[in-house]
Amino acid sequence: MKIIANADYVKRKKKSRLSQVFMCAPLTVWVVALILLPLLYLLFMSFMTKGPMGTVKYIFSVESYIRILEPEYFNVVKKSVFIAAISTLACVLVGYPMAYFIASKKKISGTLMLMMMLPFWTCALVTIYSFVIMFSNSGLVNTFLMKLGIIHEPISLLYNNFSVAVGMVYELLPFAVMPMYSSIEKMDKSLIEASKDLGAGPVRTFLQVTLPLTKPGIFAAVILTFIPCIGYYMITDMLGGGTTMLIGNVIYNQFTSARDWPFGAALSCILAAVILILMYVYTKFGGDLDDLGA
Amino acid sequence: MSDVNEKVSDEVIVSLLNVEKWYGSNNVVKNMSMKIKRGEFLTLLGPSGCGKTTTLRMISGFEEPSAGVIKIENESVEMKEPYQRDVNTVFQSYALFPNMTVFDNIAYGLKVKKVPKDEIKTRVEEMLELVQLKGFEKRRIDQMSGGQKQRVAIARALINAPKVLLLDEPLGALDLKLRKQMQLELKRLQKKLNITFVYVTHDQEEALTMSDRIAVMNGGIIEQLDSPKNIYEHPKTKFVATFIGESNIFEAAVNEVKEDCAVVGMECGRGSILPDDVSLGDNIYVSVRPEDMRFDTESVEGFNIKAVVKEFIYIGNITKMVATLSNGDEIKFTRLHTGKLPQVGDVINVYWSLKDGIPIPTETAAELQALKNVKIG
Ligand SMILES: Nc1ncnc2c1ncn2[C@@H]1O[C@H](COP(=O)(O)OP(=O)(O)OP(=O)(O)O)[C@@H](O)[C@H]1O
Ligand SMILES: [Mg+2]
Repeated sequence: MKIIANADYVKRKKKSRLSQVFMCAPLTVWVVALILLPLLYLLFMSFMTKGPMGTVKYIFSVESYIRILEPEYFNVVKKSVFIAAISTLACVLVGYPMAYFIASKKKISGTLMLMMMLPFWTCALVTIYSFVIMFSNSGLVNTFLMKLGIIHEPISLLYNNFSVAVGMVYELLPFAVMPMYSSIEKMDKSLIEASKDLGAGPVRTFLQVTLPLTKPGIFAAVILTFIPCIGYYMITDMLGGGTTMLIGNVIYNQFTSARDWPFGAALSCILAAVILILMYVYTKFGGDLDDLGA
Repeated sequence: MSDVNEKVSDEVIVSLLNVEKWYGSNNVVKNMSMKIKRGEFLTLLGPSGCGKTTTLRMISGFEEPSAGVIKIENESVEMKEPYQRDVNTVFQSYALFPNMTVFDNIAYGLKVKKVPKDEIKTRVEEMLELVQLKGFEKRRIDQMSGGQKQRVAIARALINAPKVLLLDEPLGALDLKLRKQMQLELKRLQKKLNITFVYVTHDQEEALTMSDRIAVMNGGIIEQLDSPKNIYEHPKTKFVATFIGESNIFEAAVNEVKEDCAVVGMECGRGSILPDDVSLGDNIYVSVRPEDMRFDTESVEGFNIKAVVKEFIYIGNITKMVATLSNGDEIKFTRLHTGKLPQVGDVINVYWSLKDGIPIPTETAAELQALKNVKIG
């Protein structure tokens, strides 16, 4: 009897597995056709040779990867990572208190989150332009300061590393606030009371209880801001004024003006590898990949 | 029912004086005054929403009273934050830190107080032994069962040797068997450590078995604060009579007061009670426990209450009998005399020993209405 029942169970299990495959089919096709294949093509391309006039010769070479190590490009990579790291840090430092505040205002937290998300839904081009208008030499801030007589000639607030970093924070703050908000909100508030009940003051309670328990949200915020930061070429273009070239701009140039597809592909692959490593570290620290999609 | 704990002193450790709590226009705790004695096991008992948790949270400092004074050891705690008060709480949801081990959870309070490391170690070990969790120190919280988490929560609070331990339905999430076992353990711990416990529950049986004194709460007020024995045998209000155990309640008027008894007239007939505490013309309730109800085929002196047997209900080892009075109200009997039981439909004469008919003053009409809205547990 038992064996028969068992066989039945196995059959049913097989059947359900089959139906799972069918249910996943559209998604699988989607992922393979639109994500996996292009990535593989990118990887393939990165090992090809550049031909004349922007053509590609299908001959295997690692030349593109070696070129990345040339100081000219390697410095760009270093600088990209540096600016992305600074921007990410700023996003987290600014975003955490914001997320905490929003989560603590239970009644209006929905509205506050919506307001937080508005710039994120607006076309990035528009928001960056508004940024330019605010901070350019004849922009709002400079005019205002001059009218007040605090300064006599416009100070250049744009087109430097700093303005790029500020622009990144401006654009990417919602990505940082979202996951941190969700993990602060999910946290059991009675734990904070328990800590205070046991004699811990607010600072200790924050460091020992709140911070460790919202770590997954902070990690997710780091990943969600660092990755776009490294690749965002639009912000660098508009706020860096050509002086601040980041890896995203270099890749963009390779595929457009320079027409060196293998080199562009190699840079892209390096970028993808960095991201994958970050994701791996994230899961190693106990992060949940689902939180990144939240 | 335990008798009064001999270790309870008369010294007051926590006192509430005319304490009020308003949430907007909702008056949750009404003009509450209460003195909690050092070393006693005091239970706040009442139906859901009557303000038990709110009262506890005002003592621990997580809620501020809207009016009134709370004193711990004769010192007003108005300006003290929760972490500055010498009380600890066992939360209903345990509220154990999931990012720490059992050891670190229990050691938390001592680490905050910067107690030396080796002292922490020995004291945590002592605590673990006390709550019978030796060998669990390295475990993560999510690897513990409900009952084990409960013990960790108790150990985490007790290790600080608080003057008062506040427990908010600490056994609420446990199954019946574990609950009974933990009740005994908690009582044992309380006696052993001689710490004042303020315990919240809506389970009357739990309150009766564990407490030195019970404060029966209803709608933000304390209806009666007394020993379990007195609460059960001498309920002061109709609410107490019906919330703690079952009671048959008769509306009555005192018609005659004699030396050895008082005769009361009711809608369903005439009965007698002891003459103490009543005077001629009073309108009262007479409360009689189902186990104190008697019946006979003959009429009994001093009583003239007729009822028709409606049904018998078998509940394990006891049989309950329900009978209908002439005015349509139902009354309940338990602890039936063996011998000849009446048949359904028989007419019986109802009576009780004089001492078992407990007179209770009538509430105002508004209070009666409130009573009707409370689910009697
Ligand atoms: N923060 C709050 N804001 C507004 N109303 C509240 C708040 N906390 C509690 N109340 C209200 O106060 C009343 C008493 O609540 P309390 O939690 O003290 O009840 P309780 O006796 O502990 O009930 P239970 O047995 O269900 O836990 C309830 O009507 C509740 O709705
Ligand atoms: Mg409660």
